[in-house]
Amino acid sequence: MTIKLFDFVGSFAENKDIAQSIRKDFLVPAISNNEDIVLDFEKVDSATQSFIHALISDLFRSHDNILDKIVFKNCNETVQKIIQIVTEYMQEA
Amino acid sequence: MKLHLPHGAFLGNFDQFIQGFDPGDHKKISITAADRWLWIHPLCLSMIAALASGLEAKNIRCQKITAKSGHYLERMGLFKFLGIKSGMRISRHDPSGRFIPLTQIKNSTDLTKFITEMIPLLHLQPKQVEPIRYIVSELVRNVFEHAASTQGAFVCAQYYARSNTIRIGIADTGIGIRESLGRSWPTANDLEAIELALTPGITGATSRAGGTALNAGAGLFFIKSIAYTNRNFFIIYSGAAMYKLLKKKLSDPLILHANPHLDRHSENKNAPKWQGAAIGIDISLDSTSEFTALLDLIRNTYSRAVKERKEQQFKKPKFI
Repeated sequence: MTIKLFDFVGSFAENKDIAQSIRKDFLVPAISNNEDIVLDFEKVDSATQSFIHALISDLFRSHDNILDKIVFKNCNETVQKIIQIVTEYMQEA
Repeated sequence: MKLHLPHGAFLGNFDQFIQGFDPGDHKKISITAADRWLWIHPLCLSMIAALASGLEAKNIRCQKITAKSGHYLERMGLFKFLGIKSGMRISRHDPSGRFIPLTQIKNSTDLTKFITEMIPLLHLQPKQVEPIRYIVSELVRNVFEHAASTQGAFVCAQYYARSNTIRIGIADTGIGIRESLGRSWPTANDLEAIELALTPGITGATSRAGGTALNAGAGLFFIKSIAYTNRNFFIIYSGAAMYKLLKKKLSDPLILHANPHLDRHSENKNAPKWQGAAIGIDISLDSTSEFTALLDLIRNTYSRAVKERKEQQFKKPKFI
């Protein structure tokens, strides 16, 4: 499954309510069906840590090796670094 | 409540503004002002609008503003929030490139709209925009999630050409940081609560380090880090406490601390009680470094802080 974030949040991914909806409506069912997920950040200039946290953090708690199931596509440097921060602290916590 | 606007109230001398604030009777407010000139930080305006928002117009009194620079208050929309006609006549200018007038934001959709519309007004380069919209988004969402206020957040910002600085103020009249955090992290006083809220991994939503599905407890740490790397002022005022991150010289090394007590700051734990939270930040556009470089610094500090906090929770072996 591929999710194009821009279609949901525009160029600045900051709305945590939308992040939560994407997680509940798309990510969780896809993972339950053992599907691989592509989160495509094309045209997304930036994201907040809160958005990325709301999008993926709970998946770390509910699934082992979640990063084997999700790939992040077309991330610019800013988005990449924020995703790195969130994925690191979720694995360390 | 009583509130006096001094000649100058910026983050550097914010104590002067606080000294003129008497919380007193919270059902009415009386505002007085210095007579000859007024230079007021957007944080002050956001706080006044927040105070007035829950009051009936008949309970709001404002001295006639005689200072010539008082027109600034009209242009920023303060009197609209006070429900008072200022009597000032000003020719309205396109706000592009100069200021973002006082805005009350009550929900997530309005915030997204506000950020989208705010950015073109600032006429900035992309690397300058990035920290500003980040700050506004995170701070206003904090209000929605933690302040328990029906009035939402009050925001305004001003560009100062002389210092090439954007000054931002965000205020709410909710339950305040100590009560919000206290659901999971009880503290002895407001200052301790503010400092805990600035520590990465701490959120009122849970006592578990690392946060919940929706809250990591990282938002204020990120904002403080943006201010720190920008080497400019950052203030949090909640309850009877104020924490102020002080300016840094360009020659000072940048070392992010997870513990806000280790940052060069001033504090006041006997301020007049602000019911809610008020946050001000100055962003020097001259020294806006690459946002990605800041994220590298945060990544290292955050990671280290989470490890240290986790280690603190390790059970220790008993040796007999």
